[in-house]
Amino acid sequence: MNAPQPLALRRSWFEATARARLQALLDPRSFQEFLPPETSQPSPHLAVLDIPGAFDDGVIIGAGRLDGREVLVIAQEGQFMGGAVGEIHGAKIVGLLKRAQRDKPAAVLFLADSGGVRLHEANAGLIAISEIMRAVLDTRAAGVPVLALVGGSCGAFGGMGIVTRLCSAVIMSEEGRLALSGPEVIETVAGVEEFDSKDRALVWRVTGGKHRYLTGDCAALAEDEAADFSRVAAQLLASWQEEGPSLDALRAEQARLSQRRARFAGLRDGLDVWAALGVADPAQVPLMDRDSLVELKKGLPQ
Amino acid sequence: METLEFRFKAASATPAAGTALCGVVGSGNLEILIRPGEPADTCQVSVRTSARGFGRIWEAVIGEFAARHPVGGTRIDINDMGATPAVVSLRLSQALGDYTGGAR
Amino acid sequence: MNAPHPSGPGGWDTRRQGRQRRLERAAAIGLGRIVPAARVVDLLEAVIEPGDRVCLEGNNQKQADFLAESLADCSPERLHDLHLVQSVLALPSHVDLFERGLARRLDFSFSGPQGGRLARLVQDRQIEIGAIHTYLELFGRYFMDLTPKVSLIAAQSADAAGNLYTGPNTEDTPAIVEATAFKGGIVIAQVNELKDSIPRVDVPADWVDFVIVAPRPNYIEPLFTRDPAQITEVQVLMAMMAIKGIYAEYEVKRLNHGIGFDTAAIELLLPTYAADLGLKGKICTHWALNPHPTLIPAIEAGCVESVHSFGSEVGMENYIAARSDVFFTGADGSMRSNRAFSQTAGLYACDMFIGSTLQMDLAGNSSTATLGRITGFGGAPNMGSDPHGRRHASAAWLKAGREAGGADAIRGRKLVVQMVETFREHMAPVFVEQLDAWKLKESMGMELPPIMIYGDDVSHVVTEEGIANLLLCRSAEEREQALRGVAGFTPVGMARDRRMVENLRDRGIIRRPEDMGIDPRMATRDLLAARSVKDLVRWSGGLYAPPARFRNW
Repeated sequence: MNAPQPLALRRSWFEATARARLQALLDPRSFQEFLPPETSQPSPHLAVLDIPGAFDDGVIIGAGRLDGREVLVIAQEGQFMGGAVGEIHGAKIVGLLKRAQRDKPAAVLFLADSGGVRLHEANAGLIAISEIMRAVLDTRAAGVPVLALVGGSCGAFGGMGIVTRLCSAVIMSEEGRLALSGPEVIETVAGVEEFDSKDRALVWRVTGGKHRYLTGDCAALAEDEAADFSRVAAQLLASWQEEGPSLDALRAEQARLSQRRARFAGLRDGLDVWAALGVADPAQVPLMDRDSLVELKKGLPQ
Repeated sequence: METLEFRFKAASATPAAGTALCGVVGSGNLEILIRPGEPADTCQVSVRTSARGFGRIWEAVIGEFAARHPVGGTRIDINDMGATPAVVSLRLSQALGDYTGGAR
Repeated sequence: MNAPHPSGPGGWDTRRQGRQRRLERAAAIGLGRIVPAARVVDLLEAVIEPGDRVCLEGNNQKQADFLAESLADCSPERLHDLHLVQSVLALPSHVDLFERGLARRLDFSFSGPQGGRLARLVQDRQIEIGAIHTYLELFGRYFMDLTPKVSLIAAQSADAAGNLYTGPNTEDTPAIVEATAFKGGIVIAQVNELKDSIPRVDVPADWVDFVIVAPRPNYIEPLFTRDPAQITEVQVLMAMMAIKGIYAEYEVKRLNHGIGFDTAAIELLLPTYAADLGLKGKICTHWALNPHPTLIPAIEAGCVESVHSFGSEVGMENYIAARSDVFFTGADGSMRSNRAFSQTAGLYACDMFIGSTLQMDLAGNSSTATLGRITGFGGAPNMGSDPHGRRHASAAWLKAGREAGGADAIRGRKLVVQMVETFREHMAPVFVEQLDAWKLKESMGMELPPIMIYGDDVSHVVTEEGIANLLLCRSAEEREQALRGVAGFTPVGMARDRRMVENLRDRGIIRRPEDMGIDPRMATRDLLAARSVKDLVRWSGGLYAPPARFRNW
């Protein structure tokens, strides 16, 4: 079977810090950070609440090369306050996206790892998220693709779930999770009968990378390794063709999603959705490796 | 939160990187930023920690580190979220390794 | 000529007569070999007598839970002053027996989750504790002065004749049944199912008096599953030190591991870090070990030749059956474990024991006993002791013996390694001037403090600060400073004599990571052969089926 290589040192994307992800993702020695830690200040909002901040406020921005192409990058640190978007954090992301509109790199790589708004910073965080949404669309309109890479411990939830889907394309690993309301939020609001957030397997079956790949919410699936995210992102960029967001395209997408919603209404579990999509043995999906799942998807009825 | 300031005499470090950052401000973890500082025989340390009342242990951990390694001429800034001395020592070694030996 | 021996008041076969009397009482109320679950209390009240010594099979994993609850439901007027002799006191119903006045005295090995209730019973004088044993010690006493009159055991299935199949968790059953059946005792078994034929006979029918099909399968605790996701970088660093500084240097081939995350980290570094050091086949080939899921990558990478187990582990059944070269399995394919034999292997046939503890004092004595809890230590004290009876040599045993006794040593030495981070959670120091065990002894009125591993058996202590080799210490003062020297920033560590510690380091008694050529920057979780339970499943080719609580898929 597919036993992992015993002797090769594997670098897990899920477990890596944002800095380690960037170092492993980009071409060697190509990364240059904007506003590096020694020139930054931790969030004043957190200091007021007596919480230690991080020098980079939980997000790293900069420039580098991916397979030789000039790219700009954003990497959220999920281990710091759940990757939540605060005022400085948000301003760094928006600034980077504006620079992309001006400099026109081959792409912006957005390494999302966040539960959404940093509630400690209240309105500042909410405003930051909406500014990021607009900046992502402006960047795409300027002809620069924005690729979201989702495979960190916090996934992409809340406002960051929306931001992720506003990007040109999403690349996920099976460990990644992507949704609007987080599992705990759904359980708190609608009760444990609606959604048991402690059932980790269920959470992955309805928000995880494999589910998003089968339903078409993410364009490509990567192994939980920086090298594979790198490979998949480079592959996607090599053949990238994107028309700027147009009203017609958005209407067509809206119609497609409405149809999908009607088709899957009432299904309670990823297993049911996969069966409805034509997967013969849905119970096998969680244990399949990446390549087998990609093959399986190719064989599904369109 | 508590802010602690220390100064230790130590042999001079020879930096390979201008600065080095190690670790993350997550539960039981910390981030350490090392950069050049003055004077050359002194290591200046500033710690911001979520756990109060451990000043003596911080001083001992970093003092021991400064005694064992050449860290003079550096400024070390730490943001801590309740790391144990074992984690602090490990991160200090990693950060100094990156600072004097270049990135891993 | 001597006069013939006078017989006892009832003759020379009073135990056999007693046994007959009990069986007749059961027959008189219509109970045969197969007893319906609904009549279990009738059976127990018929065959058990007040003051009896009763063994209620409680293992690490398999529990005779239905019989335990049924015994607790018996009338204290009928059954009282029972003396329980059992290795593990794990279930609430075990303690209920004392609270409800059925049982009065207890001899045991380990109480785990019931440790707190047990301590309260002692303080309220509702229980007399004979002694807290090691497993082998208690099994030994089953055949000496603590032979059970009645044993209540658990098995997977029985056939109509009463032959029992225990399944992979044979554990204590053979030792208990042998002591009871051959000394005029009565054996009652709860089984999950009655079958026309069973996969193999683990206990022959003529050693078993009554069989009851329990209303639900016996409970099995997944005690040895450690999720690799929870292993820390500091544990990886310590595991690197242990492998390079001890396993490699002593060429440790035969060993036992404790069940913590520290040793799980070592298991997961065997196919990566240790293999890169060229140690495959040179270390860790033969084990006395429960089937730890974290050993799967090492087995799959060909590092492991043989594993004999005390008991099984939930979810490992199919993997074990498919790796019969490595594990001990029956002709039916499933594992045959045996705690008594595996403990014997751990005591006499292993060159090393490595495990963790909660506290260690300046003489190296260690204990997991904490205030307000009486837990015991199970198997660690057997495996974590240097058996003076050993005669056969091995590279590890000889080297350790020479380090301890000089070049002319006439015997070797087992490696007994304690592996701890200097602070536990909430900044509780592991190294202390005095163990809590002493306060526990006072408050519980015990004769001795509950010490898990005696300091004079300990050969090495591994912490994130380095390794202390106690074999090379030549005085109590050197031992103390060697321990202080790796005790880090605990009060005990900060009170070290710096000059003496540096001297010990010069002599190789204390070794820091850098002294062993270990770069702390290498200590990342990326070194682990598996970083999640799912990785373990993949390594096993889908054969390992972890319990639901360890799954996120």
